Amino acid sequence: MSRKRTEENSIWGRTYGWIDRRLKIETMVGYMSHKVVPWHGQSIWYFFGGMTLFFFLVQVITGILLLLYYRPGAESAYESVRFIVSEVSFGWLIRSMHSWSANLMILFAFIHMFSVYFTHAYRRPRELTWISGIALLALAMAFGFSGYLLPWNELSFFATRVGTGMAGSIPVVGDFLLKLMRGGENVTGATIGRFFGMHVAVLPGIFTVFLALHLLFIQRQGMSEPPEWETGPGTVRRYMPFFPNFLLRELLVWLIMLNILAVLAVFFPDGIGPVHWPLGQKADPFAPPPLAIRPEWYFMFAFQTLKFLPAHVLFIEGELFGIAVLSLGGLVWLFIPFWLSRRPHSKIKGPAKILGWIVLAFVVSMTVLGYILE
Amino acid sequence: MSKRRILVLHLAFLVFTAIPPVVYADMCFECHSGWEDESGSPSASYESDVHFRAGLGCADCHGGNPELDDMDDVRRGRGYKGIPRPREIPGFCATCHNDPGYMIKHNPALPTDQLDKYKTSVHGKRLLEEGDEKAANCVSCHSVHNIERPQIPASTVYPLNLPEVCAGCHSDPEYMAGYGIPASQFDDYAESVHGHALLVEKDLGAPACNDCHGNHGATPPGVTSISAVCGLCHALISDEFAVSPHKAAFDEMGYPECEGCHSNHLVLEPELYWIGTSDSSLCVDCHSADDGTEGLAKAEKIHEIVLKLKKSYETAEAKVDESELKGMMVTDERFILKEITQAMIRTRTVIHSLDFEKVSEAAGEGLEKADQAYRAATTKVEEYYFRRKGLGIATLIITILVIALYLRIRSIDKSHPLR
Repeated sequence: MSRKRTEENSIWGRTYGWIDRRLKIETMVGYMSHKVVPWHGQSIWYFFGGMTLFFFLVQVITGILLLLYYRPGAESAYESVRFIVSEVSFGWLIRSMHSWSANLMILFAFIHMFSVYFTHAYRRPRELTWISGIALLALAMAFGFSGYLLPWNELSFFATRVGTGMAGSIPVVGDFLLKLMRGGENVTGATIGRFFGMHVAVLPGIFTVFLALHLLFIQRQGMSEPPEWETGPGTVRRYMPFFPNFLLRELLVWLIMLNILAVLAVFFPDGIGPVHWPLGQKADPFAPPPLAIRPEWYFMFAFQTLKFLPAHVLFIEGELFGIAVLSLGGLVWLFIPFWLSRRPHSKIKGPAKILGWIVLAFVVSMTVLGYILE
Repeated sequence: MSKRRILVLHLAFLVFTAIPPVVYADMCFECHSGWEDESGSPSASYESDVHFRAGLGCADCHGGNPELDDMDDVRRGRGYKGIPRPREIPGFCATCHNDPGYMIKHNPALPTDQLDKYKTSVHGKRLLEEGDEKAANCVSCHSVHNIERPQIPASTVYPLNLPEVCAGCHSDPEYMAGYGIPASQFDDYAESVHGHALLVEKDLGAPACNDCHGNHGATPPGVTSISAVCGLCHALISDEFAVSPHKAAFDEMGYPECEGCHSNHLVLEPELYWIGTSDSSLCVDCHSADDGTEGLAKAEKIHEIVLKLKKSYETAEAKVDESELKGMMVTDERFILKEITQAMIRTRTVIHSLDFEKVSEAAGEGLEKADQAYRAATTKVEEYYFRRKGLGIATLIITILVIALYLRIRSIDKSHPLR
């Protein structure tokens, strides 16, 4: 069909031919037309990675638009955000979509991660895809943490003070980390400069690399097939052409997501319930902290875990112990494909599922408790 | 100086500097702690007294030798004064508090003219000149053996506590019988804007009894001094009143100035109906249509413009509230509303000049701001509906696209089936 396109005498055909003669895109299109997606009862989970990517693209576009007016600095950050939401045409919509999209991106990244885990899509040879995905989730959370301070309002100021303070409790490097993040002993205008730099330059750069790798791995290896297809004799294996069948479905889902995003942004421009970002009052380092300082919902499980810990666990400070255990847990989760792929799937299937449910139950229950007990 | 002497001096210095501050424990204190029950023991409460903390013992006020344990010996020793009678108390306290040379060692910031002022007060005159022992003396307000600095919340004369202390006598009709003054001051004050600010909102800037009447020189302000007392805080209003036609008229007729309209203890939040020509207005208490002044005509004009400002503010505020309820950001509009409130306060201030031009100018600023806030809030409300419409159109377009895409997918699924 594509060969036919290059030979067509229409404007589209001639343009395509002109590009193809220079960039040889016919090979790429040919590859795409042969690419297929396994189609089975769990195929719905394949869309969640794409939805996360969609929200990331929204982040990039709305982030660039916000950059046109945002001015970092203790004396200008809050004022510029206020200007964006009150004076700039559709500024409120851009900020609201940026904030909603950020939260939805992380939510869908979590769903994508657990769906990959429970469908065992991480298994050999996709360990690196899993690792790059976890790195992307961690980077997305770092995006959230660095972006939270940028409006320089009361809530973001104190939440950042608590968040960076936790990093400061790490032995040996804690003090260095704290000063590195804050640009000094305290959260000041210098901190905004650093967080802004991280948010719009450093993190996007790293994120793009990992995203490219993640997509490259998927393209090279294709979508993971259910483990049963590998072992079950006589299993009916069905595949859907990626182009155009799956791609159009993906596009359809993206359109629905765009509409949901627009509805949320218009009806709840400042968020709703625990997911909210009202501009409120400008940050005042000398003001008493607000009654409920809490992190973003995706850090809540870790925050609540640390709150549950006593002042000391054995001879170690409770908070430090918690950070160490959570970090160790994160590392185990990161490298779990290597461990689970060493045994036959039939043997590891049960324990892996139980472990997954334990991790999921822990994250969800701690998050819920964090909001109930505050 | 020999080495030995130097050594002895050094040792003496070390010994003296190492001695902790003396916590007074004399025989008066010991005995009175032992044979009196806790509630009746002066020594029990004295431990929390400011004088105790300054190192003063019982004998420093009551005289006598604190080293003796026999009461008869004590009474015979070192200028024993015992328990002073009420009329003796001012002089008793003034022994130290009227002595700048002594007081500078303990509290240099404390004035030493309390007794002199007290003598000029109604309380002081009644007690010291007329011998009326029901009149308040030092301990009536400051308590006896658990005296605190006035700045300490536990002090009986701390601003939040003082009205109750005064009310102890002044709200007791039986106690006050015969003095020719009502016993309703505290109840009136508690209901007033001043009382509400101090007693309910705990605003220490609000006046307590002593802020108007004085403390040691407590005296009711006379007709001529009321405006001076109120003007201490309400300076601008006082200035406006001073240039108004009322000033000369009130002086001539011997009317109290502020109190004439606002009362004394029961100072209420001013209401718009106070000014004007309705039966409930205060203006008609003195003025009539044929009194030969333009009083009522002016009152009506002022009433109208202030009413207009009030209504404009309420309309603007309602619009801003509506806008905020719809989720719009109204920080700037709220700021303008505050500016209107300022204009309203300014208007209320210049009303006391009875100069309509001034009132009109002050109210005009507020009206302009009210219009600005209303228009800005209206724009926000319109913006809200614009957003909803925009979302509706966007949703419609996306829905059409989704349906078209869905149909296309179905058609493609037929031409490119699953493999």
